[in-house]
Amino acid sequence: MDIVCLRKLKVNEKAVISAVKAEGELGRRIRAMGLVPNTEIKVIGEAPLKDPVALRLKGFTLTLRNSEADYIFVEQGKS
Amino acid sequence: MKQNYEFALAGNPNAGKTTMFNTLTGGRQRVGNYPGVTVEKREGSMRFGSDDLNIVDLPGTYSLTAYTQEELVSRTYLVDSKPGCVINIVDATNLERNLYLTVQLLELGSPLVVALNMMDEVRKQGRHINTSLLSHHLRAPAIETVARTGEGKDDMITAAMKMSCDRQGALNPLVITYGPDLDPVITQIADMIEDLKLCDGRFPSRWLAIKYLEGDDQILDIVTKAGEKSEAIKKLAEKTAKHCKDTLGIYPESLIADYRYGFIASILKDGVMADDSALDRVILSDRIDALLTNRFFGPVIMLMVLYAMFAITFKLGAAPMGWLEALFGWLGDTVASIMPDGDLESLVVSGVIGGVGGVLGFVPLIIIMFMMVTFLEDSGYMARMAYMMDRVLRIFGLHGSSVMPLIIAGGIPGGCAVPGVMASRILRSPKEKLATLLVVPFMNCGAKVPVFILICGAFFGEKAALAMFGATITSWIFALLAARFLRSTLIRGDATPFLMELPPYRLPTFKGLIIHTWERAWQYIKKAGTVILGLSVIIWAGMTYPGLDEAQKAGFETKKSEIQTKISSVSDNDEKAGLEAKLEEISAEESMKTLRVSYAGMLGQALEPISKLAGFDWRVNIALIGGFAAKEVIVSSLGTAYSMGNVDAEHSEGLGKRLASDPGWNVAVALALMIFVMLYSPCFVTVVAIAKEASRKWAAFSMVFNTTVAFVFSVAVYNIGMWLFV
Repeated sequence: MDIVCLRKLKVNEKAVISAVKAEGELGRRIRAMGLVPNTEIKVIGEAPLKDPVALRLKGFTLTLRNSEADYIFVEQGKS
Repeated sequence: MKQNYEFALAGNPNAGKTTMFNTLTGGRQRVGNYPGVTVEKREGSMRFGSDDLNIVDLPGTYSLTAYTQEELVSRTYLVDSKPGCVINIVDATNLERNLYLTVQLLELGSPLVVALNMMDEVRKQGRHINTSLLSHHLRAPAIETVARTGEGKDDMITAAMKMSCDRQGALNPLVITYGPDLDPVITQIADMIEDLKLCDGRFPSRWLAIKYLEGDDQILDIVTKAGEKSEAIKKLAEKTAKHCKDTLGIYPESLIADYRYGFIASILKDGVMADDSALDRVILSDRIDALLTNRFFGPVIMLMVLYAMFAITFKLGAAPMGWLEALFGWLGDTVASIMPDGDLESLVVSGVIGGVGGVLGFVPLIIIMFMMVTFLEDSGYMARMAYMMDRVLRIFGLHGSSVMPLIIAGGIPGGCAVPGVMASRILRSPKEKLATLLVVPFMNCGAKVPVFILICGAFFGEKAALAMFGATITSWIFALLAARFLRSTLIRGDATPFLMELPPYRLPTFKGLIIHTWERAWQYIKKAGTVILGLSVIIWAGMTYPGLDEAQKAGFETKKSEIQTKISSVSDNDEKAGLEAKLEEISAEESMKTLRVSYAGMLGQALEPISKLAGFDWRVNIALIGGFAAKEVIVSSLGTAYSMGNVDAEHSEGLGKRLASDPGWNVAVALALMIFVMLYSPCFVTVVAIAKEASRKWAAFSMVFNTTVAFVFSVAVYNIGMWLFV
């Protein structure tokens, strides 16, 4: 199982969050939205210019920019 | 016995909190602001049995940290105002994430009733939530509700009343475990905080301890104020942070969030929720999104939606706007015929009726526009627009959600900056919101268009359509570049995190649509009656006084009466028409001379040495000064200043010819004027709107900044134009 940056995931790929390296405001926001370790996620789409991306987690849809996805690390191919 | 209760509604955005608020209070709502911030405070009242209830709708938040204004005002309200009960509206289809706020509310110790909203959709999905088990774990009553239909609202209110009576404001915090690394430290810090007596009954000490470890600014402040004694707490917290970082590789803050979600997961796994396999609503939304946010069709459909919205607004708005215009026209005529001629008549007709009428004329437009904006917002499509546009707008320091205000303000020519500025409140990130509302006035609103048509028609002839298109593109370029400039100077700072929920598509409720639309229209109408009335009187006075001296007045009167006598004595129709035209000419000349000697005229002439740098003479200056009242005034003031009499903005060909043949005018002046009109100070209705959405300081800034930008660029255009074409 590889640990990769969330940005690396392709559309329709599933993964489990292993770590969130963001601190401060961004970190708080990421966690408040439910992006915490052990959460299953699936990339369900990207905006026309490939950024932001849309994720499915905990039964809802969340969009975030690639620059924000860089702080989130996931375990690929596990779900 | 009759009692008064105060309840607060708290919950995530899109959880149906506002729908519940509307269901409970209907039209009995008041909208204000929390002190010192631009976050809306909604309050409403309702009667339940024999009791009067006051309901406060807190801003939608995902968390209770102190880092957004919304979260801070919610928290401050809960701590300081101590509502009898907090009703936490939870989207039951999205329980796990929604409970994150619930747990934080419970840790704060607030008396809480959980409303499991959207239960109809949960049932439709064939899922099951064990409400009593959830209630048991949370140690708070949980009630199933459907805000749209009002199902369960009576049970919810009854539970809240009971909670309010039982608890009488006492704090009863929920205690959850934060693991072996943090629990002992939390207890230790909580004890130290007790010793320092920092809670003063407002917070549970454990909550303060947790927030301190989370690095919450407001709480750090409170503790630091205790002086030297707080040093021990600080040391302990730093030691703990280092320990977590060294052994676990994360900060206490992250650890706390993980345990909170862990607590929620443990509750849900304990049989509260049957495993969700089919997520109907989400699946349907995904199918719609496959088309609406498709790489190719998404932007195409978005453009079509925006254009349709525009076309509908102006098609539907045209008729009622015409009626209002006719009504105020009639009112003006009637008052003019009743009142004796003179300054008072002029004040009432031109200053009061003309000024207020001009503003109220926009009401139908604002109502229709906001109805559609509210529809797009409540249906969930607005979030998709932001999602699609974000990449482009981010380059300029804006946010995906900035697209709506820009379009409304005139991204498609013919908008209006006032609803554009008001629409900027959909932006939740303060810096991007400020930058958006400051550049919105650069767009080509409906009142600038007649000026462009006049100038294009006069100087660019057949290329007028191209020139209009050029004006639209130019205004976008200026707005975006100005945003980039502001975001790298005065409103500097990193982009606010985008992280945004894409709520499932929903059909908005009619009630909500009407309530929110009317609210915005009413705010606008109130302004017309107060600030704008005052300013329009001032501008009227500036363009009327001190007036011609007696000798000049008498001169015009003599000339006019001479011709009047002639008209009544001639019988030939052609000759009569000629004389009447002559009479109008004299009136036009009189208006021009009056304007020239008025305060506005004096100002226009005083500014001429400067404005000449951009090729504008005193007549243009007057028109531009008048344009501050409303950009519509520019064409009619030019008409007066060039002795053309009353020029209708829609039929300005005569004035166009006059300008084209005037020696003071050429292509360079025309281009410079177009740039100036496009960019200079927003009209005062917009300035008032900016003051309301941002602050007076920023409203003043927008007048100075925009006028400076306009002047610099029109001087440049004039000089380049002179060099190229003349």
